[in-house]
Amino acid sequence: MSSGRKLLIFGGIALATFGMLYGLHYALFIEHQSLDHMGGSLATAFSEAAGRNMTAAHSAVGDYAAAKYVYVRQVDVHSHWIGLAMLLIVLGVVFDRVGFNDTVRFWLAMALFAGSVIFPLGVLMQTAQPGRLWPTVLAIGGAGLVTAALSGVAIGFARKA
Amino acid sequence: MAIWGPSTPFDGEPVFAKEGELRQAIPPNIAATFAGMSARRIFIFGGIGLIAAGMLFGDIFAVFVLHQNASQTGEALLSGVKAVAAHDAPAARNVFSGIGGLLEDRGTKIDAHVHMTDAGYLALLLALIQPYVALSKERKRQFARLFVLGGVALPAGIFLIHYVGLAYSPFSVIGWASVLADSAGGLLIVVLLAQIWGLWRHFRSVRSGSVEPEMPLENSWNRRALLTGGTVLVLLGFLHGAWYSAKYLYEHEAREARILNGMLDEAGSHSLPAAAQSVSEYGGLQAEKAVMIAAHSHLIEFGLLAMLLSFIQPYVFLSDLWKARCVKMLLAGSILLPVFVLLELRMGLIAGGIADFGGLLVIIAMSGMLVGVLRYSGRLDAETGGAG
Repeated sequence: MSSGRKLLIFGGIALATFGMLYGLHYALFIEHQSLDHMGGSLATAFSEAAGRNMTAAHSAVGDYAAAKYVYVRQVDVHSHWIGLAMLLIVLGVVFDRVGFNDTVRFWLAMALFAGSVIFPLGVLMQTAQPGRLWPTVLAIGGAGLVTAALSGVAIGFARKA
Repeated sequence: MAIWGPSTPFDGEPVFAKEGELRQAIPPNIAATFAGMSARRIFIFGGIGLIAAGMLFGDIFAVFVLHQNASQTGEALLSGVKAVAAHDAPAARNVFSGIGGLLEDRGTKIDAHVHMTDAGYLALLLALIQPYVALSKERKRQFARLFVLGGVALPAGIFLIHYVGLAYSPFSVIGWASVLADSAGGLLIVVLLAQIWGLWRHFRSVRSGSVEPEMPLENSWNRRALLTGGTVLVLLGFLHGAWYSAKYLYEHEAREARILNGMLDEAGSHSLPAAAQSVSEYGGLQAEKAVMIAAHSHLIEFGLLAMLLSFIQPYVFLSDLWKARCVKMLLAGSILLPVFVLLELRMGLIAGGIADFGGLLVIIAMSGMLVGVLRYSGRLDAETGGAG
């Protein structure tokens, strides 16, 4: 088995396991609390508006938006890690059919794996440091790496055909 | 513990004398690649079954629950706006317990659909890598059964969260259904860790070759169409996701906060028609987000599905004509569903109906392939003298 293939299959299963562990941790310790927080903020916003305290109402809407910003990204991280892991394993099974030499194939596999780890990690970092540029750059860079490598794999399949 | 065996790749698929009639028997060595009740067979049957069931559940949800739920949420939000206008703070707060219930109902059904199909994808993936998992046959079979059990229990637990709630639960926010779902998720993780352990043993071994025969390779039109179509769908999904996140993600988040603030201001100043318009805009925004995300995720998932199904084509015991029909139906449904989900905002229920039809095409194609695999295993067991 080539090193590129090993990296994709082993890395894919490891990433899927990690994504599931993250999901389990999220479901146990974060999700219910996040949903309660979001629901509570909206209820507070409407209740304060009914009491004509518009400043507190707008502040609660801001609180809701901030909680939802984090919630959406945390769910996305879980699904993207597992989704990308499945793609790595599928490509690993047929990777020897990519019409490049072993070195190019290994670097394509490395780019796919690195991008699959970095892209959701960047999204997760956006929740830890909202408003900072570097997590966004990390997420965009990771997504670009995966897309470019997948295009390379598609070209490799075409060359083989 | 005899875990090593010769690699005996299957060198072709059954030949058909005329449409629908098999002339050539299944080669004897193929028995080793699809032995009765082997881990690979359990993963393939379990995987296709989970995916088909997950998609059927998703289609039923889209037709009978999704739109009705959105409409009820809009009505509840309008009640909240009226309570704000009437200065009735307790009523305004109470509205959100109802909305919370509606959102939980919707969210758990989407999650059940996603987790069931994803567990199916993972099962098919694990079937592919079984040749490289250096564990005993019996151990592999046990892990395969556990995985399918976890794949069924996880979405079942998620589905029940809304109905069971916190009844008899010793925890403050986690109910028994969540415990079932989380335990099933833990079971899947244990099986994946075991597969990693098996792979690690294989990769560290000095012995070359695979643990058991690799899945048969073929270069049929069906396989090429599924592999190429799947790769194109995944790439389209990536590009759509990148376009969505760059153009709409932050804009949608900002617009949601703006609409909510406007809604409260209008209700607070007794401008109920304007507040009702804001509620309508809020519903429109939620629909916009939902179709964008659904199109992105379905493009990628159907792409993965097509690629995965390309590997099991040699096990689909149907005539070439029917196999090709299944492949065309699957690819047509895979592109119809996300495209018409996106068009739902412009074309309304007509596009929604066509999208649901696309989903139905994928389910029918999957069921056809499942029947083919069942026929294959039946024939194989008959020729090799039982289910091994």
